[in-house]
Amino acid sequence: MSVLVYIENWEGAFKKSTKELITYARHLASKLGVELNAVSIGNVENSAIEALGVYGLGKVYSVNNGNVAQFKAGAYTQALSAVADASGASIVVLGNTYNGKAMGPRLAAKMDASIVTGAISLPDTDNGFVVKKTVFSNKGYGYVNLTNEKKVITLNINSYQIEEAAGNVSIEDFSASVDGSKVNITEVAKQTGKIPLTEAELVVSAGRGLKGPENWGMIEELADLIGAATACSKPVSDVGWRPHSEHVGQTGITVSPNLYIAVGISGAIQHLAGVSSSKTICVINKDPEAPFFQAADYGIVGDAFEVVPKLVAAVKNLS
Amino acid sequence: MKVLVCISKTPDTTTKIAFTADHSAVNYDGVKFIINPYDEHALAKGMELKENHGAELTVIHVGPADGDQIIRKCFAIGADKGIRVNTDAIDGLQVDKEIVAATSGEQFDAIITGRESIDYNGGMVGEMIGELLGIPSVSYCQQLDIDGNTASMKRFIDGGEESLTAQLPVVVSAVKELGEPRIPNMRGIMQARTKPITVVEPATGAANTTIGKYDAPAQKSGCKYIDACNAEQLIEILHNEKKLF
Ligand SMILES: Cc1cc2nc3c(=O)[nH]c(=O)nc-3n(C[C@H](O)[C@H](O)[C@H](O)COP(=O)(O)OP(=O)(O)OC[C@H]3O[C@@H](n4cnc5c(N)ncnc54)[C@H](O)[C@@H]3O)c2cc1C
Ligand SMILES: Nc1ncnc2c1ncn2[C@@H]1O[C@H](COP(=O)(O)O)[C@@H](O)[C@H]1O
Repeated sequence: MSVLVYIENWEGAFKKSTKELITYARHLASKLGVELNAVSIGNVENSAIEALGVYGLGKVYSVNNGNVAQFKAGAYTQALSAVADASGASIVVLGNTYNGKAMGPRLAAKMDASIVTGAISLPDTDNGFVVKKTVFSNKGYGYVNLTNEKKVITLNINSYQIEEAAGNVSIEDFSASVDGSKVNITEVAKQTGKIPLTEAELVVSAGRGLKGPENWGMIEELADLIGAATACSKPVSDVGWRPHSEHVGQTGITVSPNLYIAVGISGAIQHLAGVSSSKTICVINKDPEAPFFQAADYGIVGDAFEVVPKLVAAVKNLS
Repeated sequence: MKVLVCISKTPDTTTKIAFTADHSAVNYDGVKFIINPYDEHALAKGMELKENHGAELTVIHVGPADGDQIIRKCFAIGADKGIRVNTDAIDGLQVDKEIVAATSGEQFDAIITGRESIDYNGGMVGEMIGELLGIPSVSYCQQLDIDGNTASMKRFIDGGEESLTAQLPVVVSAVKELGEPRIPNMRGIMQARTKPITVVEPATGAANTTIGKYDAPAQKSGCKYIDACNAEQLIEILHNEKKLF
């Protein structure tokens, strides 16, 4: 029995979420008193993998051949499952990223494993193997008992503290035969120069209170100055003031950043569902009765068009 | 062409979720149930394939008899056939196995699920169907066009989107961009009453997870108000005290 952690790369590089995940997997393995192995799939330099040693990684299986040059959910799952078998893993942990969300469930079906997606805690093993996750889109927490012998966990981004530990990486090239021939990737379009909302630690978000798309300049400026991603409420993206990729809430993206600043958003239950697990919430709204204030840590009752420029000026004055 | 849309039943989005006194279960008293919002987008894409490609549209729901009402709503929107697997839906893998078993005699060209159910936020059934059937799965799918034997799709990835093609059959999980939810029309509502629902008994019944405890999110300790005239103070707190940037 051992734990296997999938260290996802983005064009050969690792992100903060990978380091959170490695820390989680290492704590999990030591809690269970079992070995930890890692697997990397795709084109990654060994030096990039070795650099992860400071988070306590040891043995890393590297699947790096032509068949896995691009992410394909089925093919990557085959590779992951082959390494799980070879390393004797009974627990596999992945990040709850877009690709992790695609692979984790496929892997669980393949291994006939119990799975919890979007985990936010280490398991409680006193009575089973019980992992905490948010349910009902942040309206509650559920404690999921993984009862099958094999287990798959996908860990939410920004929910586990990174910790360094002595590690000595040894890389084993692993060749897995995979079949990705049914799928062709024709185009990859990335937003450049912007912080992806799904992994942002700080978020500045605005709603219908801003009246129109032409008024988003001050929101973007504030976000740029503090290094935040921008987000919006559903009606704002529905009418095309902002791209759909910025829509947060129960039917949009769920975020749990360290800071969420909401400007001119009323705080409807469906909006709160997607953002209420943010660690610090600041609300700016001209209506003192806006429901969002009940979910806020800090509130300013006032006109966004007066308040936000003051915030922008205050940030500029900081340095 | 044959299309299968998987429909889950969830509490209305406005529901305030409450738990039983001992926190061992969700208190569903007085809760109104709806078609999982993402599945409405999935169904809309199914309708489009029906209209543009003459597809036969089947919906499947795993759940007890009170789920018949949501299958009827799908009929009213335009689904042709409905299957209900007569068992409680407990976890994603169990639901996946039931869906695959209940449709094993049929070959669907496209299977469409929602991105996730808004109750347990699993986001897993679609990908699991892909694995059990050995077919491509595309999650967080915002676009699906079918031409002959090829599906062209677009999905969200971290920080962007990806376009891909795959040979049919495929399974995709819908985000809202996939299709605008449909409203039942009078003709559909009339027909919905007479369309038969095929009820299938469960194949395995085995669950792979249980949830024995729930918690409500911690209440905020109260909002600290800052006067709009001194809005700068907020930045001072976030910077100096909370060290957030
Ligand atoms: C099935 C379903 C799913 C949904 N999913 C989501 C979801 O995922 N995400 C989501 O966001 N919504 C969702 N909604 C919509 C949700 O119910 C609300 O309608 C929406 O969140 C409201 O957006 P808003 O706060 O931007 O706009 P409004 O409700 O119009 O609020 C605007 C706010 O701005 C304030 N304001 C106005 N002018 C100013 C000013 N000059 N300065 C400061 N404040 C000002 C007003 O006081 C008001 O509070 C969903 C609804 C349904 C039915
Ligand atoms: N009980 C169910 N019956 C039919 N389809 C379901 C059921 N539960 C989930 N699904 C489908 O799987 C998708 C993802 O659900 P989940 O993996 O439970 O988050 C949903 O949007 C539905 O399309």
